[in-house]
Amino acid sequence: MLFYSFFKTQVGQQVTIELKNDLAIQGTLESVDQFLNFKLKDIRVVDEERYPHMLSVKNCFIRGSVVRYVQLLPSTVDTALLQDAARREAQSTQQMQQQARPANVATA
Amino acid sequence: MSQLQPYVDCKVSVVMTDGRLIVGTLRGLDQTTNIIVQGCQERIFSEDEPVEVVGLGLYMIRGDNIAVIGLVDEKADAALDLDSLRGEPLSPLKA
Repeated sequence: MLFYSFFKTQVGQQVTIELKNDLAIQGTLESVDQFLNFKLKDIRVVDEERYPHMLSVKNCFIRGSVVRYVQLLPSTVDTALLQDAARREAQSTQQMQQQARPANVATA
Repeated sequence: MSQLQPYVDCKVSVVMTDGRLIVGTLRGLDQTTNIIVQGCQERIFSEDEPVEVVGLGLYMIRGDNIAVIGLVDEKADAALDLDSLRGEPLSPLKA
């Protein structure tokens, strides 16, 4: 859920999404969903000469399962905040696992 | 998949995980990105030959096989000269 929330903060920013087939698409992030599927507008394929397949496409939907990297502008990311949020999420997962453990295990 | 709802009844260009490119009209979809595309044409790109267009008809494509769904700008698409366009075939998805 953390990364879904994180990508929601990136909506409106310029991003480059590199796919697992080496195609890299640059555009403005329009929306993201729980599967980390992305919608981009005003797109441009990074190596257009080599891959002219999307020349007539301006807006697109990218399936989350085919994304390798999302390249972001460093100035748009608060890494300290992100690190803190990641730590807090890890902590709450740990707590939940401890609570789920049966009580008699702890008495040994 | 409310994200794709605005694309319904529009011309779309679908990049598949095996590297194929399919152009047609999006008619339906569900939350796992299974889609129904009407009047499909496959566009086969090659480095030294014109783009080959193959008619396929009505397709239902399982979401697992979809990489990108692009909304085709009809004007830009009509302006494309497929006979002179050259490009590498897209590689299939790896890892």
